[in-house]
Amino acid sequence: MISRAGIVDWALGIFEDLEFGAARAWLAEGPGRKACGYLPVYAPREVVHASGMLAVGIHGGGDRLEIIKGDAFYQSYICHLPRSVIELAQTGRLDFLSAMLFPSTCDVIRNLSGMWQVLYPDVYVRYLELPQVQDQATGGAFWEGELRLLLRELGRVSGRPADDASLAESIALYNTARGLIRELYRMRREAPWTVPTEELYLLMRAGEGVPVETFIEKARAYMSAVEAEPGQRKDRSRVIVVGAFCEQPPLGLIKTIERAGCYVVDDDFLLGNRFLDTDVSTDNDPVRALAGGFLRHAVSSSIMFEPDPEGKRNLMRQRVQAARADGVIFAAPSFCDPALLDRAMLRAGAEADGIPCIAFKYAENSAQFQQFREQAGTFADSMKLWGDS
Amino acid sequence: MRCVVGVDLGSTTTKAVILDETGRILGRGITNSRSNYDQAVGVARTEAFVAARFELLRREFEEAAVESELGKLLRAFRTEQTLHQLRRLGEIIVAEAAVHRLEEAREGLVGAVREIFQKIGEEEEEHFAMEDPPKRSAFFRDLAGSAYTRLAEEVSRRDGISFEQLLGLYDKTIIKVENEPLELSFMDHIGGALERVGRPPGIARAVERAVQAEMVEVSGVGTGYGRARLPFPKEQIRSEILCHGLGAHAMFPGTRTVLDIGGQDTKAIQVDDHGIVTGFQMNDRCAAGCGRYLGYIADEMNIGLHELGPLAETSKRAVKINSTCTVFAGAELRERLSLGEKREDILRGLHRAIILRAMSLLARSGGVSDEFTFTGGVANNPAAVRALRDLVGENYGEKKLNISPDSIYTGALGAALFAYRGAGL
Amino acid sequence: MATANKDRSMELQKQMIADHYKRLEAAPETGEPVVYTFVPGNLTELIRSFDALPLLPEINALQSGMRGKSGEFVVAAEKMGHSEDVCTYVKCDIGMAKSGNVGPTGTRLPKPDLLLLSYTGCYTFMKWFELLREEYKCPTVFLHVPYQGDGSLAPEHREYFVKQLKESVIPALEKVTGRKYDEERLRASLRLSAKSEDDLVAVLHSAKKKPSPIDAYFGAVYYVGPIFSAFRGTAEGSEYYRSLRAEVEERAAAGLGPVTPEGPLDDQKYRLVVEGPPNWTHFREFWKMFSDEKAVVVASTYTKVGGTYDFGFRHDPDDPLGTLADYCGGCYTNLNIPSRIDMLVKYIQEYEADGFLINSVKSCNSFSAGQLLMLREVEQRTGCPGAFIESDLVDPRYFSAANIRNRLESYLQMIDARRAERVR
Repeated sequence: MISRAGIVDWALGIFEDLEFGAARAWLAEGPGRKACGYLPVYAPREVVHASGMLAVGIHGGGDRLEIIKGDAFYQSYICHLPRSVIELAQTGRLDFLSAMLFPSTCDVIRNLSGMWQVLYPDVYVRYLELPQVQDQATGGAFWEGELRLLLRELGRVSGRPADDASLAESIALYNTARGLIRELYRMRREAPWTVPTEELYLLMRAGEGVPVETFIEKARAYMSAVEAEPGQRKDRSRVIVVGAFCEQPPLGLIKTIERAGCYVVDDDFLLGNRFLDTDVSTDNDPVRALAGGFLRHAVSSSIMFEPDPEGKRNLMRQRVQAARADGVIFAAPSFCDPALLDRAMLRAGAEADGIPCIAFKYAENSAQFQQFREQAGTFADSMKLWGDS
Repeated sequence: MRCVVGVDLGSTTTKAVILDETGRILGRGITNSRSNYDQAVGVARTEAFVAARFELLRREFEEAAVESELGKLLRAFRTEQTLHQLRRLGEIIVAEAAVHRLEEAREGLVGAVREIFQKIGEEEEEHFAMEDPPKRSAFFRDLAGSAYTRLAEEVSRRDGISFEQLLGLYDKTIIKVENEPLELSFMDHIGGALERVGRPPGIARAVERAVQAEMVEVSGVGTGYGRARLPFPKEQIRSEILCHGLGAHAMFPGTRTVLDIGGQDTKAIQVDDHGIVTGFQMNDRCAAGCGRYLGYIADEMNIGLHELGPLAETSKRAVKINSTCTVFAGAELRERLSLGEKREDILRGLHRAIILRAMSLLARSGGVSDEFTFTGGVANNPAAVRALRDLVGENYGEKKLNISPDSIYTGALGAALFAYRGAGL
Repeated sequence: MATANKDRSMELQKQMIADHYKRLEAAPETGEPVVYTFVPGNLTELIRSFDALPLLPEINALQSGMRGKSGEFVVAAEKMGHSEDVCTYVKCDIGMAKSGNVGPTGTRLPKPDLLLLSYTGCYTFMKWFELLREEYKCPTVFLHVPYQGDGSLAPEHREYFVKQLKESVIPALEKVTGRKYDEERLRASLRLSAKSEDDLVAVLHSAKKKPSPIDAYFGAVYYVGPIFSAFRGTAEGSEYYRSLRAEVEERAAAGLGPVTPEGPLDDQKYRLVVEGPPNWTHFREFWKMFSDEKAVVVASTYTKVGGTYDFGFRHDPDDPLGTLADYCGGCYTNLNIPSRIDMLVKYIQEYEADGFLINSVKSCNSFSAGQLLMLREVEQRTGCPGAFIESDLVDPRYFSAANIRNRLESYLQMIDARRAERVR
C-alpha cells in the first residue's frame, strides 16, 4: 500500500512541475495523442476525454513562476492569472496543447480566448459560453448545442471523434472522480484532522494535470492511507474559504490558514472539479444528460447568474450549516470581479445571520503571509471565544 | 560665437547642455530641482555656461602642461563660487538665529553658526586645494548640508547648544537661499579665481579673451517632467521621449532601443537611424519599478542609495521577489529578512524585479533591438545593469548595451540638438 | 465663450434628457412602469412598446462623473464594503442609491419595477443587477446574449436569444406593465430606429472629410447619447438625429471642424482613432488636452458599445425579435479581440488617421483586458505606432492629468517628428 506521504509527494511533484511533465509523458505514450487545456472554472472534461484527448487544467504558475513576458500583456489592475498563463505559453510550456477552452468565468478569461486566437493561430480555441438561463427548454437546449459543437470540433482536432458510447463511458469515469471528490470533502468535513486541506488541495490540483483514470487511482489510494494513518485531532476553529474559485492561492496561503488555527471544512478551490454536485445520468442521450446535469446540478457560484432573489443572502448560511463551520474566510484574488462583487452580497447575508467573517485578497504569487497569519489566527481565536461563551 | 541651449527640467535634477555652431558640446550644467523652477533652470544654465567658458579656454591650449594650470584655475573658480554661496547662506542663518523665538538661545546660536561657517569655509578651501579632490555631490545643498550637520553636532556637543535648533535654522534657510538669485557665473568669479592662482600671464591673457568672447544664444529647447513650466514658448518645448531618443542617438549613433529609468518614471523608446522616435511606452499608472522604489528600499535598509547596487553585486543567489509594489516594499523586505534571507540576496532579487518591470515596457514598445542604450539614474547601478544585461540576453539574444557616464544629460543633449536643428546653424 | 457656438442638437438633447428624468421622477405618481437596463444591448424599442420608461444606470453614473458627484458615491460604496478593485460605475450607482437616489439632473430617481439584465459582453452587468436586486427586491429578468467568441453570432445563438425574448423577457414585461406584447408597435418603433441609425452613420462617416466636421470620440459621445439610451425608436429621437445630421452636413459643406468646449476646431493637425471609454470626471479637461494640440478624433470604438451601425447593422422592422438578437450580439462590447483589432485597423485606414490611442480604464476589464495585445497587433498591421494611457470611468482619484498630458504630448510630437523625417 502507498503511504499518505508518498501520495502527497507525488501530487506535489505534479503541482510544482511547470513543464507539465505528466501530461507530456501521457502524450508520448501513444502515437497521435493530443491534449486540451482549459481555464477555470468549469469545462466539460467528459467531452475532452471522450474525444480521446487529455484534459489539462491551466491554473497559471503560482508563486513558482517568474513573470518576464506576461506583464507586457496586462495592465497593473488586472488579476495575476492571465499574465501567468501567458507567461507559460510564451515560454513554450504550453506547446503540448492542441486545443484550449476558455469558459465564461469573467471578461478577462473571455478576452484571453481572443488573445489566444491571435497569438496561437495553430491551436484550436473555444470560448465556452456557459448557459446562464436555467430553464431546461431554453438554456438546456443551448448548452446541449454548445456541447455537440465542441464534441464535433474536438473530434476533428483529435482525429478520434466521440460517439455516444464513448461519451457515456467518459461521463461514468468523471462520475467516479466526482464521487471520490465528494467523499474526500465529506471525510474532511467529518474529521478535518484526517484530511489536511494542504494535502487535499495538492491531490485535487494533481488531478488537473493527469488522466482522470490516474486521479481515480490516487484518490482511492489516498483514502485508504487516511484510514490507515488517521492523524491527530487538534483544537481548531472550522472555517469555509470562499472566493478562491479561479486564480488559485499559493500553497503557502492554504497552509497559513490551517496553521493559524483553522480547519478548512469547505472551500471553492478548483471548484470546476465538483461543479456538478451529483452524478450525470448515462442512460439515454449522453450529451443531453451532460447538458441537463449542468442545468440542474451546477453548484451556486459567483460565475453564474443567481436566479433566486434570496440566493445570495442565504448561501453562506447554507454552506456554513452544511459544513458545520464556525465562520467564513472570504479570500479573493485581487482584481477578481466575480469574487469581489459577490463578496459584498455574500458577506452581508452572512453577517445578517450572525456568521463571523473576515476577508482578504491575495494573488497566486503572494509571498508575504504575515498579514494572513495574523488575521486568520485572530479570527480562529475569536471564534473559539464566541463558541465558548 | 553662436550657441544653442537644451534644458531638461527633471523631478530631481535639472540639466543644461550648450552646443556650439558645429553642434559640438560646449558645456554641461546640473543642479538639484527645487520649488522655484526658473531658479533651477537658471542655475543649471549658468553652470553650463561656466563649463562652456572653460571649454573655450581649454580650446586655446592644446598642450597637456596647461591642462593642469586650467585644472587649478577651475578649482579656484569653484572655491570662489562655493565661498560666495556659503557667505550668503551663513548671513541668512545668522540673521535667523538673531531673531530666534527663544530669546535666551539667540546669542549662543549666532556664535555657533558663525563658527560653523568659518570652519566650512576653511574645509572648502582645503578641499579645492587638493590636486585631485575626492568625489562628492556636485550640489551646493548637499555639501553645505552634510558639513553643517556634522559641525553642528560637534559644536552642540561641546557647548551644550541645541542641535535641533541649529538644524532647524539650516532647514529653514537652505530653501530660501536656493530659491534666490545668486551670482555664480563665469564673470562673477573668474577674477577672484585668477587672483587665487597668482595670475600666470599666459592663462590671464586667455581668460581675458574668454571673458570677451561673445556667446550668443540663438535658440533653446526645453524638456523634462516640468517642461510645461519652463520659460520657453510652446514651440520650443519637446517631450522627454523625443529628447531622450535623439540624445541617446547622439551619444551612440547605433542606438535603436533606449531604456530610461528615472526617479519617477520608466520609458522604453524605439528610434530610427536618425534618432527619431518610432514608438515608446511609459510605465503605467503604477510606479512600481521606478528609481523611487530603490529609494524606499535604501531608506528601509538604512543605507545610501548608491550603496544598494554594489551590495547586491556581492550576492551569489537572488531571492525571488514577486512584488515591486512600492507600498509593500518595506513589508516584503522585513518578512524576507525575518525568514533569514541575506540582505544582498534580497537586494539582488529586488533589482531583478525592477528590471522585469522595465522588460515588460520594452516588450510593449516593440522589444529590444541592437544597439540598446540604458540611461537615467538607475543606469549607474551595477546590479540593475547586470540584471538588465542578463534578461535582455535571455529574451532577445546578444545585444550591444551602451551606458554613458554622462547619461544623466541625455535629455538635455537631445533638447539642445532639437534647438540646433531648429536654429539652422 | 463657446455657448454661442453650441450646436442646436445639443440643446435639443439637453431638453430630451431633462424631460425624461422629470418623467422618471413622476413615475411613482403617474404609474408609468420603470425598467432598469444597460446601454450595450438595450431593448429600448421593446421596453417602450410596453409604455415603460427605460432607466440606464451607466448613464446615471457617467453623468454623476461629469457633474463631480461620482467621487463621493464611489467612496460611500467602498465604505459599505465594496472592493477598491471593482468597477466604479457599479460603486457610483450603489453609492448614489444609498445617498438618496437623486439623479444627475437633480431629480429623484424612481425604483425599478423590473431589472432587465441584458448580459452583453460585460460580466459586471450581471453582478450589478444582482446587487440592485438586493437593494430594490424587484423582479429581475435575465437575457443571456452569447458572446461572439468566433467573430460572429451563430444562428443557434440567435435562436437562443429569440427564445429567451419570447419565453421570459416579453412575459416579464407583460406582467410588470399589464400590457400585451404589441408587435406592430414594436415594428413601428424599429422603423424609426433604422432611420435614426442612417442619420447617425452619416454623421460618423462625415469624419472621413478633412477637416473632420465632428469629433468622433468626445463629440460623438453626445451624438450617440439618445440612440444608446432611452430614445432609440422614439419620435423625439428621430427628430434629434435628423437635426444633428443637417447640422453636421452643413458644417462639412462649409469646411468647418467640430465645436469643442474651447471653441471651433477647424485647424486640425492630427487625426486620431481612439479605443476605450473616456474618463468622465475630467471629461472637458481630457478633451481640451486634444483640442489644445489641434487633435481631432475621427473614429472611436467606444461610440459603438450601443451598436455597430457603421458596419451596416440596422434594426429591421420585418424581423422584430431576430433583429434585436443581431443588435445585442453585435455591440462592440460583445465582439472578440480579433474583431476589435480588425475594427481599429479599418478605422485607421478608412479615416486616414495619423495615429491611434488607447485609453485603458481601470474599471472595465471587458474593454481593458487584451488592449496591450491589440496595441501591438494594430501597430504591426498598420505600421502606425499607438499611444497608451490609463484612467478610469468615474473615479476621480484615478485621473492623473499631468501623466496623461505628458503621454499625449509626447505621442503627438512623435507623429510630428516622423512627419518631418518623411519630408526630409
